[in-house]
Amino acid sequence: MGRALYCGVDVGASATKLVLADGAGEVFARAVRPSGVDYAATARACLAEALATAGATEADLVRTVATGYGRGNVPFADATLTEIHCHGLGAHHFVPGAITVVDIGGQDNKVIRLDEAGGRVDFRMNRKCAAGTGAFLEEIALRLDLPLGDLDGLARAASGSVRLSSFCTVFAKTEILTHLRRGAKVSDIVRGAFASVVQRVIEMDPLEGRIVLTGGVAAHHPTIAAILAERTGREVTVPPYPQFTGALGAAIGAARGPGGQ
Amino acid sequence: MPADGKPALIKKIRSAGPMRELMGAYFRELDEASKTGSAKVAWCTSVGPAELLRSFGFRVYFPENHGALLGSSRLAPDLIPAANAVGYSPEICSYLTSDVGSYLRKLTPLTKAFGMAGPPKPDILVYNTNQCRDVQDWFAFYQREFKVPMIGIETPRSIGDITKDHLDGLVGQHRALVPTLERVSGTRFDIDRLRETVKCSHDCTLGWKKVLRAAEHVPSPLTFADGTIHMGPAVVLRGDPRAVSYYESLVAELEERKAAGVGAVDGERWRFYWDGMPVWGKLREHTELFSSRRACIVASTYCNSWIFEGLAEEDPFTGMARAYTELFIVRSEEFKQRYLEGMVRDYGIHGIVYHDAKTCPNNSNDRYGLHVRLTRSLGVPHVVIHGDLNDLRLYSEEQADTQFEALIEQLESKAV
Ligand code: SF4
Repeated sequence: MGRALYCGVDVGASATKLVLADGAGEVFARAVRPSGVDYAATARACLAEALATAGATEADLVRTVATGYGRGNVPFADATLTEIHCHGLGAHHFVPGAITVVDIGGQDNKVIRLDEAGGRVDFRMNRKCAAGTGAFLEEIALRLDLPLGDLDGLARAASGSVRLSSFCTVFAKTEILTHLRRGAKVSDIVRGAFASVVQRVIEMDPLEGRIVLTGGVAAHHPTIAAILAERTGREVTVPPYPQFTGALGAAIGAARGPGGQ
Repeated sequence: MPADGKPALIKKIRSAGPMRELMGAYFRELDEASKTGSAKVAWCTSVGPAELLRSFGFRVYFPENHGALLGSSRLAPDLIPAANAVGYSPEICSYLTSDVGSYLRKLTPLTKAFGMAGPPKPDILVYNTNQCRDVQDWFAFYQREFKVPMIGIETPRSIGDITKDHLDGLVGQHRALVPTLERVSGTRFDIDRLRETVKCSHDCTLGWKKVLRAAEHVPSPLTFADGTIHMGPAVVLRGDPRAVSYYESLVAELEERKAAGVGAVDGERWRFYWDGMPVWGKLREHTELFSSRRACIVASTYCNSWIFEGLAEEDPFTGMARAYTELFIVRSEEFKQRYLEGMVRDYGIHGIVYHDAKTCPNNSNDRYGLHVRLTRSLGVPHVVIHGDLNDLRLYSEEQADTQFEALIEQLESKAV
C-alpha cells in the first residue's frame, strides 16, 4: 500500500494495546488483548490484527515504539519510552494546552503535569499497591459476584455511596462484607468503590488545572470521570478510546523519530 | 572494555583490591579477638563513639555494617521472617530484623567473605540514638542474648542550631561511659590516647570527604555505588591509621581519573543526587540502569553521613559530642533543606531521587514534604521511589525503574 505507518504498543500489566497511526497521530487501527504471560507473542498478535484492520503490511511500518511494563519484551520495537512519557504525548494530542493527565491503569496510577507545549513539568506514581487501580475494582466485582462490565451501570444508577475507608484491597473486601451484612445496597457499594478509586488519586497530587483522564479504568467505567470532576470541582476530559492513550502516545513518539521526545 | 565490545556499565576502581584486603584484615582481627580473648570487643552503632572505644583498646564491630552485607548479599529477605516470628515487626528497621534473623538462623555473609562462623561476640554494646531508636532496641536483643553491659548516648533529634546546652549534655553523657568502659576493658582511661584516636579519625574524615568531593568534577570519577563500597574504612576503621592511608591512595586514583577526564559513567550527561538509604540488593541494577542512560548518581546523603568534621583533638569530648550531633539525620527539616540545596549546587545536580525506605523513616526524607519544597525552591525535578534498604519484599522494581527512566526522559526532552 505504501502508507507510512507508526506503531505504538503499550504492554500493560493487564492488557496490551496497539495503535497504528500516521505521522499526524491519525489512527488507522487499534488492537487490544490480555497481556498474558508471553508479552512478545501478545504484542505480535495485536500487530497482526491491527495490520489486517488497516489493510497494511509490516512493510508499511516506519517505526515502532513500545511502552508499558513489558516495553522491553517487544521484539519488533525500534525503541522504548516510559508509559509516563507516552500518556503525556497521547493526552496532549487530544487536549492541547497545559493539562494534568491522570492515568488509572490496571495496576498503577500516574499523575503527569504538562505545560502548554506538552512538555512534562513533573509526574507522580502511586505507591506500589493496588489500592485505587483497576485491580482493586476487579477484586470488588469478584467479592460482589458481579461481572466487571456491570459495575459502571450500577454506580451510575446508585442513589447513595457507601464509604470504603480502607487503603488495602483485601481489607476493603472485608469492609464490604460488613456493609452487606448491614443491608447496604450493592449499587451504593459499587459507587463507594469508584469513589475510593478517585480518593486514592486525589491523595497523590493537588490535581490543578484541566484534568485529562486516561487508561483502561476510564474506558470501562466512565462514571469514575464524573466522580473525579465532582470531587475536584474541575473539568475532566476523557479522550476517545482512553485505554489506548499510551499506545497512541508511543505511536506519536515513533513518528517523532529516535528519542521520541 | 568487556568481550562483547560494549562499554562497561560499571567501571572498577583499582583501589577496590587494597580495600578488600583492609576490610579482610579488620574482620580477621575481630574474629581472632572474639575467639582468643586477645582483645575485648565492643559493638558500636555506626555513628556512635567509636574513637572513645578504640582509645580503650577495644576492637570495634558495627552491626549496621553487617546489616548492609545482609542486604547486598540478598540474604536479608530470607532472614527477616525469622525475626518477625519472634516478635519483631516487619515494619521496623530491616537492618535490625535481618541481623537478628541472621543470628537466629546462624547464617551470615561473613562466612563466605571472611571465613568467619559469625560476628564476633561482644564484651560490651555501645549505642548512640542520634540516628534512631531502633539501634537501642537492636542492641537490647543482644544484651539479653549475651548478658553483657549495654551503655549509650541519647541524643536529642530534629535539631536546628546546635547549642552549648546540647553539647554540655552530650559531653556529660560521653564522660559517663568512661567508668564502665574502664571496667570492661581493664584499661584506665587515657586522654592522650583519646586525642590521638580522635586526630586519626579526623584525618580519615578529611580523606573520605576529599573522595566524595572528587565527584564535583564533571565527569564524576565515582558513582554512588562506588561510594557505598569505599566508605567501608570510614565507617569501621575510623581512628585507625590504616584508614587514613587508604583514603590517600584512593584520592590519588580519583585525581588521576579527573586529570585524564575519565568519568565513572561513559559520556556522562546527567548528574543525580540520591537521598536516603541504598536499596542494597538492587544497587548494581540501579547503577547499570543510570549508566546505560549516561546518568551518574554523583552524590548522596548516605555517603556523606560518615564525615565528622567536628572531631577535635584539643577538646576530644566536645568534638565527639559535636561531630555526632551535626549529622544530617539528627537535624531539623530546615537544616536538611539548606544542606540539600548546597549539595545540588556544589555537585551540579540535574535531578534528585528520594528513596522512601519503608522500614527506616529516619532516612526517608520525603515524608514531611521536603522533596516538594526543594523542587519548588531549586526547580530541580525529583522522583520518590518506595522500597527498602534490605527487605526486597517492599520494593517494586518495575515501578522504580519506570520512574528513573521517566525522570531521565523528562531531562532529555527539555534538553532537545
Ligand atoms: S537509621 Fe534506619 S537503617 Fe539505620 S539503624 Fe536506624 S532504622 Fe535502621
